[in-house]
Amino acid sequence: MTGTATATLLRAFNTNKTSWAGLIVLLTVVALAALAPWIAPHDPIEQDIFARLEGPSALYPLGTDQFGRCILSRLLHGARYSLFIGIASTLAAMLVGSLIGMLAGWYGGRFDVVVMQAMDVLLAFPALILGLILVAMLGPTLPNIILAIAATSVPAFARIARAPTIAVKEREYVEACRALGYSDARILFLHILPNIFAEILVMSSLWLASAIRTEASLAFIGLGLRPPIPTWGGMIREGFENILDSYWLAMAPGVAILVVVFALNLLGDGLRDAVDPKLKGES
Amino acid sequence: MSTFIARRFAFALVTLWAVLTLVFFIVRVVPGDPAQVILGEQATADAIAAMRTRLGLDRPLGVQYIEFLWGAVRGDWGVSLVTGRPVVQEVLAVLPWTIELTLAALVIGAAAGIPLGVWAAVNRNRATDYVIRLASLLGLSFPAFVSGILLLIFFAIQLRWAPVMSTQGGSFSAWLGALALPAINLGLIMAAYITRVTRSAMLEVLGEDYVRTARAKGVPWRAVVWRHALRNALIPIITIVGLYLGVLIGNSVLTEIVFNRPGLGKLIVGALNQRDYTLLQGMMVIYTFVVIIVNLLTDLAYGAADPRVKLK
Repeated sequence: MTGTATATLLRAFNTNKTSWAGLIVLLTVVALAALAPWIAPHDPIEQDIFARLEGPSALYPLGTDQFGRCILSRLLHGARYSLFIGIASTLAAMLVGSLIGMLAGWYGGRFDVVVMQAMDVLLAFPALILGLILVAMLGPTLPNIILAIAATSVPAFARIARAPTIAVKEREYVEACRALGYSDARILFLHILPNIFAEILVMSSLWLASAIRTEASLAFIGLGLRPPIPTWGGMIREGFENILDSYWLAMAPGVAILVVVFALNLLGDGLRDAVDPKLKGES
Repeated sequence: MSTFIARRFAFALVTLWAVLTLVFFIVRVVPGDPAQVILGEQATADAIAAMRTRLGLDRPLGVQYIEFLWGAVRGDWGVSLVTGRPVVQEVLAVLPWTIELTLAALVIGAAAGIPLGVWAAVNRNRATDYVIRLASLLGLSFPAFVSGILLLIFFAIQLRWAPVMSTQGGSFSAWLGALALPAINLGLIMAAYITRVTRSAMLEVLGEDYVRTARAKGVPWRAVVWRHALRNALIPIITIVGLYLGVLIGNSVLTEIVFNRPGLGKLIVGALNQRDYTLLQGMMVIYTFVVIIVNLLTDLAYGAADPRVKLK
């Protein structure tokens, strides 16, 4: 990261308390997820057939599910999958989408029109439906789920990267680079990318929230990682099947998703306000 | 203006063609022979061959492609592999449920979101603004199935104010009871989006010269806000809400599943689970039509509202 981008982000943090709150909650969840194998009281797939559908107790702090598995342990391990899928798919979308957007903005003309029109259609197509179809076709494995979620957010990153590329392209320092005979790739990656990086990074926190929500939604519909792997969406799905007699099963993972998504939205929203005060409060 | 409209229409047609082509090939990439899937593992080779002929899968890909495009344009989207009914009928049977839910959610979303957004904008950077902004951010952080399940647990299971399952037909109160929770679920999430959009649109408009002029000539502040500013903010609000169509559709799928309500969302999930490949293809065509038409209307509304757009 260059000096400008770092400075922008640091300024964002100093001016926005809700960003801090979001970051702290997020880091806590990341730490809990990273430490899950050591701090989880039980194995997440270990079944205790004598303790099925139990309420909270000293042994099982959040109770057990219909197979007698510890809900707290499944929640902690599930965080690893949620965060990993979310981060991996957002990174993939960020790389591919930003590249597409930068190239479209840089070359302009017909190439720009065709590429961005394609991106707009993809953007308008309901993300969840696209994700559903892709995962259903490819099969619900870890790489496929990451690929499907990434595909739904590529167009958003293309749009985010394109506008500042066009704005930066006319600046004197870029013209100077051209006059010096630098290659397009060198100008794009060494001179334009650092200047638009802050905006891309800010948007990625908002899209990470969306990716985690999409992953949970897919798992809830039944297109998540196969059981017995603990995923939050899958836990809600199983809890939902027992909703009439044990409604708390769906509550814990539901609240967990909400907390993580809300924290990310707080973080991203605050950061964006600081990077571009004009956008304050826009969604 | 007419060239602008013509160009948007041309764009929409090209887009439609591109997406239909994509849908055609995506569906044919699905692993497994549809004929085998329909008939099961025990089917004889003859039966599979006959089914392939019935489905038209034995013809060259090019012919299938032309027929698919021609059918899509005429509204002939084939026959469901599972029920044997035309895809159009399957869709029309559940469409009123989805339209009813979506409209009810939009009404709730606008009725709550527009006043809240205006209120936040007028009180910019005061406590009211922060509370509304936090609440709307929380609202749009909810995955629709989590909020749906919470509503279900609280109002249907604990308080027993609403049925756990939606029922078909019956009295007006039964209809309202079945619609209320799903519509509130979808409506509150919409309200969160609309609040944020309204707030930023209002902030933009409140900074305009004509607002200052209106105030300077002594128009009461309430009238400035609600009559002058909101009216001008409405068109950007409508167009931006049009862009949230995808979010609305995704959330309605989840809402239909949670409240066990018939609709397009349940239909597409069923089609995926049963590998009903013609129904799936037909549904993707329908979603494409809806998305492109709404995009076109959004573009046109935007062009009508802001003459500068046409020049680009």
